[in-house]
Amino acid sequence: MRFILRRLGFYLIAFWASITLNFLLPRFMPGDPVSRMFARSQDRMQPEQIEALRKLLGVDDRPLWEQYIDYLHNIFTGQMGVSISRFPTPVTEVISSQIGWTLLLGGTALVIAAVAGNLLGILAAWRRGGAVDSVLPPVLVFIGSFPYFWLAMGALYLFGVVLGWFPIRHAFTAGLEPGFTWEFIGDVGAHLVLPALTIVLVSIGGWMLGMRNTMIATNSEDYITMAEAKGLRPSRIMLRYAARNAMLPSVTSFGMGLGFVVGGALLTEVVFAYPGVGYQLLNAVQGLDYPLMQGLFLTITAAVLLANFLVDILYVRLDPRVRSN
Amino acid sequence: MTTVILQQPGKAAGKTTAARKPNRSFVHGLLSNKKALTGMAVMLVFIALALLAPVLFPGDPSRITAMASLEPSPEHWLGTTAKGQDVLALTVHGSRSSLFVGLTVGFASTFIGILVGLASAYFGKFIDEALSLVTNVFLLLPGLPLLVILAAFLPPGLGTVILVLVVTGWAGSARVLRSQALSIRSKDFVAAAVVSGEGAGRIMFREILPNMASIVMGTLLACVIYGIGAQAGLEFLGLGDVSTVSWGNNLFWAGNEGALLTGSWWVFVPSGVCIALVAFALALINYAVDEVTNPRLRKIKTPKDTERIATK
Repeated sequence: MRFILRRLGFYLIAFWASITLNFLLPRFMPGDPVSRMFARSQDRMQPEQIEALRKLLGVDDRPLWEQYIDYLHNIFTGQMGVSISRFPTPVTEVISSQIGWTLLLGGTALVIAAVAGNLLGILAAWRRGGAVDSVLPPVLVFIGSFPYFWLAMGALYLFGVVLGWFPIRHAFTAGLEPGFTWEFIGDVGAHLVLPALTIVLVSIGGWMLGMRNTMIATNSEDYITMAEAKGLRPSRIMLRYAARNAMLPSVTSFGMGLGFVVGGALLTEVVFAYPGVGYQLLNAVQGLDYPLMQGLFLTITAAVLLANFLVDILYVRLDPRVRSN
Repeated sequence: MTTVILQQPGKAAGKTTAARKPNRSFVHGLLSNKKALTGMAVMLVFIALALLAPVLFPGDPSRITAMASLEPSPEHWLGTTAKGQDVLALTVHGSRSSLFVGLTVGFASTFIGILVGLASAYFGKFIDEALSLVTNVFLLLPGLPLLVILAAFLPPGLGTVILVLVVTGWAGSARVLRSQALSIRSKDFVAAAVVSGEGAGRIMFREILPNMASIVMGTLLACVIYGIGAQAGLEFLGLGDVSTVSWGNNLFWAGNEGALLTGSWWVFVPSGVCIALVAFALALINYAVDEVTNPRLRKIKTPKDTERIATK
């Protein structure tokens, strides 16, 4: 319990830090980005909306601490202002319409990569020097060396443009009515294949090598020799004795991976014009849409912190050593 | 190195030889490791290309020299872009900015990591708590979105790219180096140095740091890989300085000019392959460092090898 509370405290501090960063950035950056934004979009906005945005982004003459308290108050009551590029939709509405797509894409890719990568790692460590162990790691490390977005572009070109097997942009065919019909779900699935596949391709090597290296350390433990001496089936020793104990680092990576899901899918989303938060973040940056940018960054951070906290709770269940300390 | 020690037999006290020995076998192990040799060879080729770029392709590489979108031919080995620039010249010149940024980011983040890690381990207590907290917060903040936000607020330019990459990249190296420094901090020879009244700086940099050289090297390589990849990503998103020639910017322009949709694959392939080759070469050296310092990861000798050794 103390462990959980300590972690919770840490995540709260981290979240506070990101809010403060968000508060300070537009106020201290050179070049006055906020005025630039206003110059661009003044004619479309009501005077009171401009006033609210000025407060949010710090273009007013009140003392800094007063602005800061106001800012914190706004964040915790969910007032993130109005999006400029999608005027006049509130920022919270824009974000909630898009976070689902990111979670779908990132979640699918993460689960596939983690499960397949760990299984391959277990196999590689169990048969040291076998086919899986000698061929796959270098190949996967080589694939992992390519820039993420470059592989995505390659896949897009090859399977989308040349072969035409998969759709090349967006999350579903335009004009199709979203809903729980087989047609729509199938369409979403088809749009998901290429982006998810490229993420899996790049990230699977890390999972595999991590698992392999921990497994190799676990395999030399005494209880493995003991299990072998008892004459247990090799598959049972491999999965129940060795892999089970080598899983812990992978659980931690899974937490880190979740952060990557929300934030790191950005490049993939951009290449495939996938309507998730990453794609929206880039659009916000290009459109000088500072309220949306800030809202997206805070949402992404909050999601990452929450995911890590959940993994910590899971960790307490899995590792008795954490509970006793 | 052997000759140096032989020439000064009096000076080679127990401590120096003990400190030198693992180092020498480390360099030797690295030089006899196939992965390390391959990686270093590839890196040398790229460094040579980057240095020789103005000689090989004199003049501004982004000037228009030929017809647009030409396929690879004897005059233009890698074809031309949609603007009519020579792709080979762009790629070779691109290595300069990409390697420069990658190396600068790598060295700067490793340097910060060393400072933070050593200070954490040496001073402990409150300083350690505070530094670890900052490190962990930076580790947890989602890197790519933070990169994008920072790049959006700062004026565009090479300096911004480097600054932003260091800000998001140092925390990982700090954490690794701190845990290693902590384990060395608890060794007897550090306690001996403290008792004998050596200063904090001397203990950190002369006693602890040399004993974690291989970890520092691994961290440095990982940071350079991160720097090159993240720079390419930022520039691909159009958040770098689009007027410079680099691999990331080449890819940005390829995307911008619709090279893929028109089928000009030769515009987009070379820069990506170059990034991958450099990253792979550095990763190879990194794995080799791991293998040399961690005996458990070394290849098991097949029965044939053992026989050969036995007959010798």
